[in-house]
Amino acid sequence: MDQKIGRNERLDRGIKVRTEGIYAISSWKGMAYALLPTFSFVLGMLILPLIVPSMTWQRIMTISCIFALLALSFDFLAHFVGIVCLGGAFFTGVGGYISGVLNSAFGLPMVITIPIATIAGGAICTLFLIPCLPIRGIYFAIVSLMYPILFHRVIQALNIFGGTDGLPGLATFPNIWVELYFIIPMTLLFTFGLRRLVNEDFGIVLRAIKDNDQAVRASNINIAWYKTKAVFIASAIGCFAGACLAHLYGWVGLSLFALDFSIFPIAATVVGGAGTLVGPIIGAFILAPLSEMLRAFGPLRVVFYSLILAGLVVYKTEGLVPFLQRKYHQFEHWTEV
Amino acid sequence: MNIFIFGFVNSVILALTASGFALVYGVSRLANFAHGALYILVGFATWLFLNRLGINYIVSILLSIIIVSVIGAGIYRLFLIRVKGMPASEIIASLALGIAIMELFRWRGFISEAYMLPPFVKGSVSIAGVMIDWQRLIIIGVGLAMMCSLWLFTHYTKVGLSLRAIAQDKHASMMSGIEPDRTAVISLAIGSALAGVAAVVILPLGNITVETGYMVLTNAIAVCIIGGLGSWAGVFAGAFLLGFAEILTAAFIGPQWQMVVVLLFIILTLILKPSGLLGKQKELEERV
Repeated sequence: MDQKIGRNERLDRGIKVRTEGIYAISSWKGMAYALLPTFSFVLGMLILPLIVPSMTWQRIMTISCIFALLALSFDFLAHFVGIVCLGGAFFTGVGGYISGVLNSAFGLPMVITIPIATIAGGAICTLFLIPCLPIRGIYFAIVSLMYPILFHRVIQALNIFGGTDGLPGLATFPNIWVELYFIIPMTLLFTFGLRRLVNEDFGIVLRAIKDNDQAVRASNINIAWYKTKAVFIASAIGCFAGACLAHLYGWVGLSLFALDFSIFPIAATVVGGAGTLVGPIIGAFILAPLSEMLRAFGPLRVVFYSLILAGLVVYKTEGLVPFLQRKYHQFEHWTEV
Repeated sequence: MNIFIFGFVNSVILALTASGFALVYGVSRLANFAHGALYILVGFATWLFLNRLGINYIVSILLSIIIVSVIGAGIYRLFLIRVKGMPASEIIASLALGIAIMELFRWRGFISEAYMLPPFVKGSVSIAGVMIDWQRLIIIGVGLAMMCSLWLFTHYTKVGLSLRAIAQDKHASMMSGIEPDRTAVISLAIGSALAGVAAVVILPLGNITVETGYMVLTNAIAVCIIGGLGSWAGVFAGAFLLGFAEILTAAFIGPQWQMVVVLLFIILTLILKPSGLLGKQKELEERV
């Protein structure tokens, strides 16, 4: 055994320790260090539509935002409340159909339909999910995966809301810039809103429920009510994404309940880093364009896609954002043991 | 009578397709979402051996079942062993692998109507005034034979006993020298082989399509959830409940409601009793 045994030692950078909490404002350098990641993320999101080459890519950007919102709601529920909800398609479907029906049957403009779809859709999804809330882990995941398929089949069987053809001719955004600069700031708003929320008292209770729900219950906190509120927040975000999607295409159909909307957010969360809230956004902005580029391969695209996903889940579980955070806040060196 | 016989056949089909999934889950607590992919993999492999390489039908069936059990074991050994104990990652990894396998077939162009296996015995027979083809009877026979041999295997061989031991009490069986990873590999190999057996007897009834894979996966999950994950009697109960429910809805309400009934069954079971009709999980593990 001549081989030298060592390990990678990681230490926090001095500036990280100095800029924690209120001490960050003691120097310009400290403030810059603390604000740089957030600032570059926001700036990047806002100027990305300006630098992409064509209309097609701008459209892909808005689709990425839709997926990012779904991934955000998945990440919030899974890693801050401990509810693994695979019902992304349920949210998009309900949100999309509500705003679609309001728009085509009652002729309401988009400014009204999207907020109504967000709130009412969130309430409807929550009502359906309330009976399942006491169920844990994998069982909840399967129920939430089944709901969109159920709605899909019911709409098909009853032939309501346009049946298999869907509702065409909805109002669309006036032009690409309005749609981009409506959805991107909303995505940022939801991201930072949620990040603030999980650090408030409310979020602390939610995280406690995730870690040990019996202990929270023993502290005389009504966990069902907290979970309901969390599910409402997440499903409202999902329904918002669905309503925007309906108005992006000007069409509502059964494909809003497609499995993609449930699976993609998980993939984005895995790529970006679980439990970081910003990670899923970045993951969606990597995966959605990637899947567009792979479109040239036809059906093989899905093969690549799922192999990448399986590889990431099995071999690189960390995700992009925690990796970057580590590089930013710590330095590493090799020490012999 | 018609409803009774076809309901029975349908139930046996469901039990056959779900048995592999249930075995893997029962032994290694691992939801193998690649189950449907392994199922159609056997179908296509048999078709390839039979029609491209011109091998004897029985030999090609055996060959493809052996291949699929090796693949199943490989999936565990290479991928799932690293995420063991993290349910979300297990599901994502196995589902992703399953989708990769199925879409690979779609890419290779296995989507036309031409891919079908010949039935073992052609023709049909009349039982109590109902015409039924031999293949459906063979399915019932194989289903019953498989259950009996599984029962014998898990009660009278050393490997089978070790599988049962792990399923009953992991720590106690580890102390008596049974290695959980080895039994998990074995259970995946056997589970994949069961999927293969189900595939070769059921697929001659129709075309081999990629969608079959997704359908088989949903059905297997449905049966296992309704009956109770990790319980053999539950698989039968779930399969018969679902099988008859499907046939009854198709007969009295309309075929388009068939899937709705299945899904409602799953959702109601999960809400009311997540461990299924005959599941043995503790209440605290599944709900708050």
